[in-house]
Parts: sequence; structure tokens; C-alpha cells
Amino acid sequence: MADDLALVLALVVLAVTLGVAVARPAFVSEAVAALVGAVLLVVVGAVSFSQAVHAVRGLGSTVGFLAAMLLIAEGCRRDGLFDAMGALMARGAGGSPQRLLAFVFVIAAVITAVLSLDANVVLLTPVVFATAARMRTSAKPQVYACAHLANSASLLLPVSNLTNLLAFHASGLSFLHFGALMALPTLAAVGVEWVVFTRFFAVDLRRPRRAGARPARPELPRFALGVLALTLAGFAASSLVGVAPVWFAAAGAAAITLPALVRRTATPVRLVRAVEPGFLVFVLGLGVIVAAASANGLDSAVRAVLPTGGSLPDLLAIAAISAILANLVNNLPATLMLVPVAAAAGPGPVLATLIGVNIGPNLTYVGSLATLLWRRILRAEDSDVELGEFLRLGALTVPASLLAATVLLWVGLHA
Amino acid sequence: MRALVWIIEDTWQATITRAAAYLSADADITLLHVTNTEPETLARAARRGLLGRHQPPTSAREPLQAISEQAAQALLADAQDQLQRPAARQARRGRVEHEVTTAAEPMDLLILARDGDHQHLGPHSLGPTARYVVDHAPCDVLLIWPDATPPLTTIPSPPPAGTKPR
Repeated sequence: MADDLALVLALVVLAVTLGVAVARPAFVSEAVAALVGAVLLVVVGAVSFSQAVHAVRGLGSTVGFLAAMLLIAEGCRRDGLFDAMGALMARGAGGSPQRLLAFVFVIAAVITAVLSLDANVVLLTPVVFATAARMRTSAKPQVYACAHLANSASLLLPVSNLTNLLAFHASGLSFLHFGALMALPTLAAVGVEWVVFTRFFAVDLRRPRRAGARPARPELPRFALGVLALTLAGFAASSLVGVAPVWFAAAGAAAITLPALVRRTATPVRLVRAVEPGFLVFVLGLGVIVAAASANGLDSAVRAVLPTGGSLPDLLAIAAISAILANLVNNLPATLMLVPVAAAAGPGPVLATLIGVNIGPNLTYVGSLATLLWRRILRAEDSDVELGEFLRLGALTVPASLLAATVLLWVGLHA
Repeated sequence: MRALVWIIEDTWQATITRAAAYLSADADITLLHVTNTEPETLARAARRGLLGRHQPPTSAREPLQAISEQAAQALLADAQDQLQRPAARQARRGRVEHEVTTAAEPMDLLILARDGDHQHLGPHSLGPTARYVVDHAPCDVLLIWPDATPPLTTIPSPPPAGTKPR
């Protein structure tokens, strides 16, 4: 098959797959769309069978890693970790909205970094919402903080964001080295959010505080926290003992899941749902589709645009381009497109790419402009509610966060 | 006289205390709370941003809406307990400023608390929401301070003569 034709076909398949994932029509799931698209590209010869197998095998351990982390997060939910976090926030806040925001910042950032942004958005955000309602204070700054930190705090560890997992292997870094290089950038991004939030929401945060009954100290789920701590310790030690981090994730998932299965506090159906099998298929299919596009010329197009040096201007340009692409097509396909090119240039460009694709989505509240515009066109049920404030907040935080995080990445690389 | 008392989470107690003090015994009182639906919308949108995963089934009951509706009812009930007078209760959802002005339309008087800086006299004592309501209220308005009324000395001293107004 001619390269040009194959590239066009691969891009059309990619657009349709992303379109299905965004529009979620009733008759086809995004997993089916990605699978059919990938098979189609192999059948017509836009990507060879061996290239497709290579792409799937490359993503296999990433998808397994993701599944294990989803099981650990589900175990933490089952053991009441997120409800305990809600009680901890309410107790620490002592009736003050600003103190509540400080607790939300710390807890949302830690949950995002350790258990991934999915755990923040799906499991922690509802708890924060309920805590604000119970405290009788405005939920707005608190929920906005969860949404922003899900992206900003997801720089820290390979497990914090699927984009990081996708890039982790290609970066050639150990788990610990990755975390060490991303520590300062994460702190900077979260710091920028704090400075902007406390000013942006000053009216909501400075209302008079009332002394109420202090909630009791919550019972922390020791077992779940213990498993989590040991899993993290395993990640940190993985390069020293020569065992891939994915095995520690699998061990953690087994340790938290098997006792619950035996005690029947978890059902197989619920566990399968928690692992999101459809999503895992979607990621694999997306990987093959992007591999097809890359093999037929997208690769060289990306190489022409993306700087490959490690200088500060290069890293800043990489972060900016990645943020723009993440907003155009959503950050998963953006990562799949950019990381192979960035990886050839070394860990610095890979991490700068991640800064861009992770922080960038804060510009829009649904992850990408494409999704946002689509929902506007659709006049979806929430289009009557103005989220213009979220867009303004994104415009205030994203450029500053990108700049601060990338500069500190550069400092870390040269330390 | 038909009086609408709009309460918000942070300052409802002070608003009720003042309303009870100012309203005559024959006043026909309605307590109003409006839930800002923006956080719920954002939480839902953030979930959708997780491309291809964790999509709640479309038939699922909206858990956050249930939480906020329950919280609104509980707040109105507590407010009525504190008022110790018969009053109608109204719980609305949506853009807060629009809902309050709509609810105030058939009323003679709207009572609300300042929702901004509560320690200094001045324009910052009204946040954007209360500012809109005060500017657009289709009835008379009684604006209360949510705790101790700040003294006159909290007004910043005027700029020296000759400075251009900004």
C-alpha cells in the first residue's frame, strides 16, 4: 500500500476512533471501534502484522500495569480510604473553607500521584463534594481543585497518569529516577495552582468561619495503606533488585484483592468492571492505529516539528507543542504520537512531553478542545451551564505551570 | 408583606437571625436556597475527559445531585428551626443569581447577606453573585452583614488630592 494513502487511512481511522470515544454513540463502544480500526489497518496492509504485534507487545506491560493499579485503587475504595480522606479533610478544615482547600490540595495531589488521576476524578472528587456539602461551604473551589490537580499533580510518578506509563519504558529511566526528576516540576505546578486558586476564589474562601463540632478522627484503613506503602516501596526498589515495577503492582493488586475475594467483600463482576477491560482494549487498538500512522509518515512529520535537544528553549517548545496537541486530540493519542520521537532524544524531551500532555488538558474541562467543541455542537445537557470560569482558570494556570515545571525539569536534568 | 430570605451555606445563621429581628410578625416568609450546579457539572465533565474509561451508565442516578439536594433540604430545615416561625421553603438549582432574581419576582422584600469581604466596608463586601442579585432584584432589598458590622475606619482613606481616579 502506498505510504500516503496508508497515512490518510490511518489518520481517518484514528479520527473515527477518537470520535466514537468522545461522542459515545449507543451502537458501538470505543473499544470495538479501536479494535475494528486496528484490524482493518492490518488487513489492508497499512501496518504489517509484525508491526502491529510489536505495538501490542510494547503496550502489553503498560496495560497490565494499569489494570493492576486500577485494582489497587478499587481495593482502597473498598476499604474506605476515600471516605476516610473525606473525614480527615473535614476534621482538618475546622470550619474554614480555605483550610479545607489546603487539605483538598494535599490529599488530591497525593491520591493523584500515588493512585493515578483516575482515582482522583472517579473516587475522590465525589467524596470532596460530599464533604463540602456536609461542612456547608461552597463546593466550587474544592471541586475545581480536584479537577485541576488531577492533571497538575499527575506529573510525579509513572503510575500517576496513563500518559506517564506509556512513556515510562521509552524514557529509559528507573521508577525512582523518574520520580526524582519530576518532583520539582510537580511541586511547581501544584504551587502555581495554589497561588491562582486562593486569589481566584478569594470571595468563596474568605467567608466568616464558624466553630462547629469537630468531627471525630477517622479510622484509616491500615491494610489498604500498608499494601499501598509496600507497593510504592517495591516501585522505588525495582531498579535495585532488578525486577520490573509492573510485578510489584501485580503483587499489590493480588494482596489487596485476593483476601477480599475470599471474604466475599468483593465480587468478580465488580472487580472486572474496576479493571475497565473495554478501556484496555481501546488503548491497545489505539496503539496499533497510531503505530500505523507513525510508520507511514506521521513520525517524520512529528520529528520535523518537535525539537530534539535538551536545552531549556527546546524543552519549553516540546512542552508547549505537547500541550497544544493534547488539547487538539486528547492526551492519550498525543502521547502515543510524540513519545517515540521524543524518546530518541533522551529522557529530558520525554519528560517535557509529559509535562505538556499532562498539564495541557487543564485548558478545557473535558480534556481536549475537540471534545469541548463536540459537546457544544451537541448542546449536551451541561452546555446551558457556563463553565467559562474553568476556561479562565485554565488560561491563568496552564502557561505559568508549564513554564515553571519545565524550567525546574531542566534544572533537575542539569543538577 | 411577602419576604424572601435567601440563605447561603456559609452565612445562613446570621441571615436568619437578622431576618427574624427585622421582619414583622405578620410577614409572609419564604426561605430560599439555590444550589449552584456548576461543581456537579464540572465533576461530570472531568469524568468524561477520561477518554474511554469510567463512563457511568447513562441510566445511573446522579449521585452528586442526590447529595446536594439532600444538603439543601437539610439546610432549609435547620434555617426554619432557627427562625422559629412558619415559613415556606424553596430549593432551586442552577445559576444562583438568576434563580434568586426569579424567585424574588413575586416578593415585596428580599433579604440577603453580603457574600464578599466581611471585615471591611466597601464594594468588595459583595461578591459577583450578590452584586448581580442586588443590581437586578425585582423588589426591595435588605442587605445584612454576615457577622459584626465593620466600623467606619475600615474604609480606606481617600487618595491624596490631585491623584487621578483609576
